[in-house]
This record gives sequence, C-alpha cells and structure tokens, in this order.
Amino acid sequence: MPLGDTILQVENLQTHIDTKMGLVKAVDGVSFSLRRGETLGIVGESGSGKSMTALSILRLVPRPAARIVGGRVMLNGEDLLSYDAERMRRVRGRAISMVLQDPQTSLNPVYSIGGQITEAIANQQRKLPRLELLKRAVAALKTVHVAAPEQRVRDYPHQLSGGMKQRVVAAIANSCEPQILIADEPTTALDATIQAQYLRLLKEIQQESGLSIIFITHDFGIVANMCDHVAVMYGGRVVEYGPVRAIFNSPAHPYTRALLSSVPAVDRTVDRLYSIPGQPPMLWDLPRGCRFAPRCEWADSRCHQEYPPTVPSLDAGQAAHTASCWKLEDIGLENVRC
Amino acid sequence: MSSDEQESVAPIEPGSERPPEPQPSSGRRRARWRNYPVVSIFILVALLVFPAITADWLAPHDPLQGSIPDRREPPVFFGGTWEYPLGTDRIGRDILSRIIHGAKVSLSISLIGIFFGGVLGTLLGLLAGYFRGWLDAVVMRLVDISLALPTILLALVLAVSVGPSFQTVIIVVVFVLWAFYARQVRGEVLSIRERDFVARARVAGNSHARIIVRHILPNVANTIIVLATLQVGSVIILEAALSFLGVGIPKPTPAWGLMVADGRQLIVSAWWISLFPGLAITLTVLALNLFGDWVRDRLDPKLTQV
Repeated sequence: MPLGDTILQVENLQTHIDTKMGLVKAVDGVSFSLRRGETLGIVGESGSGKSMTALSILRLVPRPAARIVGGRVMLNGEDLLSYDAERMRRVRGRAISMVLQDPQTSLNPVYSIGGQITEAIANQQRKLPRLELLKRAVAALKTVHVAAPEQRVRDYPHQLSGGMKQRVVAAIANSCEPQILIADEPTTALDATIQAQYLRLLKEIQQESGLSIIFITHDFGIVANMCDHVAVMYGGRVVEYGPVRAIFNSPAHPYTRALLSSVPAVDRTVDRLYSIPGQPPMLWDLPRGCRFAPRCEWADSRCHQEYPPTVPSLDAGQAAHTASCWKLEDIGLENVRC
Repeated sequence: MSSDEQESVAPIEPGSERPPEPQPSSGRRRARWRNYPVVSIFILVALLVFPAITADWLAPHDPLQGSIPDRREPPVFFGGTWEYPLGTDRIGRDILSRIIHGAKVSLSISLIGIFFGGVLGTLLGLLAGYFRGWLDAVVMRLVDISLALPTILLALVLAVSVGPSFQTVIIVVVFVLWAFYARQVRGEVLSIRERDFVARARVAGNSHARIIVRHILPNVANTIIVLATLQVGSVIILEAALSFLGVGIPKPTPAWGLMVADGRQLIVSAWWISLFPGLAITLTVLALNLFGDWVRDRLDPKLTQV
C-alpha cells in the first residue's frame, strides 16, 4: 500500500521527569514523521523513552512529575502542544488512539464489553440511539473477528481470554476511526500464535482504513513483520531511523547492530547468545557525549565528549536512513551476524 | 458415617471436581455454620427494620404519653400484665412501645449519618486518590485529625455549643464516619487509577470527571457498601452512648441510650427500664454486625481483615 502524506510530525520533543535521583530526560529531542498508512516501529530497551514518547504525543505524561518541556507535535499541520486541555481531550480517541500493553487490565471489570465499546463510540458521537450504538458495537467486534459478536457484547471482561480481550481493546481503539493508532507493546502479554493473529488483524484494519500505526516494541520479529520505518531509541534519543529493510540489512549505529546481534536466530547454532556489554545508562546520570559510548566497542574520546549529529547513513540511496554516530565510516557497512 | 458424608457432599454441584473434604464431619459443621447466621441475621434485621418502619401502628401505646398510675409496672412474667409486656418506666410509659419507636430513631440516625458521611468521605477519597498532590495531602491530614479526635469529647463540645438535637447527633456521626470512607476509598483508588483501563479511558478522550464517576466509582462501590453495612452497628452504639450521656437525642424522644440512662438509678428496683433497651441495643448491633460480615464475605473477600 503506497504511503500518503505526512500526518504526524514530531520535532525535537523533550519530556523531563523529576525523580528523587534528579531530573530525568526521558525524551530528549525526539523527531520523526509518520505518513498516512505507514507503520513506524519504535524499538529500544526498557527505559529508553519509547512509552514516554507515545504518552507525550497524547500529552498524557504522568503529571506533575513529568512534563513536556519542548518540541512540537504537528498533527495535520497543527501543534498539539499548543492545544488547550479540552481540545486535546477531543484529539484523544478521535484522531489518535492507543492500545496498551496489558489486555488483562485494559478493560473495566464492571462493564460488559459491549458497554465499553459503545462508550467509546458515544464519546465521539453523542446522541446516537441506543440500538444504533449496540449495532455498531457488534460491527466493531466483527471487524476484530470475535466469534458470535451478538452474544459476546453482553460478556464481561473476565469471561474472555487474553487474546480476545486484546482484540476487544483493538476494537475499542478503532471504533472511532482514528488516523493514528499508537500500540504500546500490545502483544507482550499474548502467546505466540495469538500474537500472530493479532498482528494480522492490525494489518487488516490498517489496509481497510489507511490507519497509521506507531508500534512500540522490543521485538525485532514484529518490527520486520509490521513496520515500514523503524526508529531505534537509546537513552531518550532516536539513534537510528530508517526504512525497515535498511535497518535490518545495513544497520549503521553500533547500538542497532548490537541489538540485532542479540536476537536469537533459528537457523544458526550459537553457544552463547550475544549480549550488549554493560548496563543501560541511568537516565538521571547520562553520559555527556553519546549515550551509548560507555558500552560501544568503537567509542573514542570524542564519543565520550560530544553528542554526535544525526547524519545520513552510508548506504547511499536510502536517503531516509539516518543515524547519530561519529564512527559511521569506521564501522562501515559490513553486515552484522543476524 | 456414610450418611454423614453424603450430607456433607450434597451441596457440591454435580460435575464440579472438588477434592474430598479431609475431615468430612468438621467440613459439614463449617458448612452449616456458614448458613445458619444468614437466616437468623435476616430475621434479626427484619425485627429491627420492620418495627422501625411500622412503629406508629405497631406500638401498643403512645411512646411519649405516660400513665402515672401504671408507673414502674413490671414485665408480664414478673408480676405485670399483657397491657405492658415489657413493663413501664417511672412515668408510666410503655417500654415496648418506646423500644419500637427507638428503633426508628436509631435506624434513621444511622442511615442518614452513614449516607452523608459516606457520600462526603467517598467524594473526598475519590478526589484525593485520583488527583493526588496537595489535595491528597490535605484530605489525608484531615482524616488523621478526624480519626484522632475523641468522638465523645467532640459530641460534648457540639452539644454544649449548639444544644443536643437530632441534627447534632447526625453531624457528630458524619464527622466521625467520613474519614473511614475517605481513607478506604482513597486507598482503593490509588491502585485502580494505575490499572490500564483508566489509562485507556484517558487515551480515549474521557474527562477526569467522567473517568472518576464511570470507571473508578463502580470499582469501589462494593467496598463502600460493605463499609456502610459494617458501620450501622457502631453508629447505633455511638448514638446510644451520646444519648446516655445526655448529649445525643434530647428527651423525651424515645432513644435507646436515653432509656438506659433513664432507668439507671432504679436498676435495683425496676431493672426492666434499663435492661430491655440495653438488650435491644445489644441484639441489634449483633445482628447488624453479623449482617455486615455476611455482606462483606459476599461482596468483598479482600476486606476480611478490616
């Protein structure tokens, strides 16, 4: 499916969190853009700022500790950060929707799933008659392939399996026909077969409605499967961005290369799985230069002193493939073992 | 023994694979004990609620109008007559009638007090738990203060300054109760607000008010109901204690605590004046507490320790 115009442009987004340890720059100048019908994968370790980026786009960072301190989030040419609370509230669910990690707790246990879907619809379109709402709820369940939706609308969350719940959540998120769906590790709590079903479902919804998806995950398998573009995050910054093929075939940033190396491959026997040496940086005590420098085998003194600029990767022709690294020439393009 | 075992197995539904009880006899005893109170509780509660509602025509005499010639009449089996089954007090008012009307007073004080205390406490608890921050700090310090103040002292101060009345008692009850709701509800909200469905509701563009009312309140409703039921008994005791001290319901309204106080100088010669209202308090509170326990077990097993 050809990609359309840019609908979301995130520029230099910065979100800080006050903690006991000090100020944490959870999102530190993140930029990316998203086009109609595109799926952008955001990958990175826990604490790399993926989820905080997503919450910042929706302006739902946990206040008062966290706050967005800079940048722009342009949705269809308008800066969401300049919206007042009421206007922002109407963006949520309508223009941008979100699926959360754990389907087990994403549904309110005291309402039937039909009730929860109709609530989402009624939120956006008031004054729909009850019967019409119910019909739409059934239709929404049908689009996510819930069997016997007419009966299921009356079920309560505890009567559904995990995969079913996540599909219901997807139905809710999709019921208002959003332009952008942010999926924050939606498959972490699901087992492998259910995962595959669920991903296929998302693809299907996307193809039908031209939905753009921001897919937050740490699973490269899912990224390869789902995404058009990938942003790799480390220490609150995007260290590499590019088309999914380029990221997999010619990863430029040492961190991306290390990540790909630590993915187990089924076609190769290894004694020990590669793991990145060292620990992710403490976010309240980030290195002055490149955040990855302390763990990077290529790092020299400049890497420790200055944060590298974002430059086009060496694989010319892939114009959109960029990385933030001083050592791109030294590293070269030779393939990582993956 | 075999018939015993069958009896103990009987309530288990066919098809459900429950492992056999290790000690059938003790298991059966427990099963019976689980069911006995329910029936008796309902009877006792009905014995309280029914007279309270129908007091005006159920009571054989006017609770306020005494008949001096019949004063200190003993109960029916202690030399009295059926005219006054539980005897009369020192100005000849029928004890039974006064107890029946007293049920109305006790019950309405508990219900009104618990209603307002519950609403106030729940509201503050919801807001404090949901918004956290300074609001939470302020509300919780108020809770601490409220729980630290001695109830009786507060009631005495209020009664002295405002004068004892039905409203004063309600105010004292509300003042004592709200903190329990606020504390309990806040605690629950703290955990519920972190659940994903609240985040999802936010993401879907719901306002804070709507999330609190539609998504969080229903999840704490059970706790509130359980707390309210468990409190009826203690409120009745509180009201009785206040009335006994003369800072609760003013005379001559028939309130149980007042009646106990009334008879205490005559406890040797006319014991029934104090005994029967005292028994009424005891039985009522016992029944209500058992009822509250039962409701709690049914609705909210988590709260068993409260």
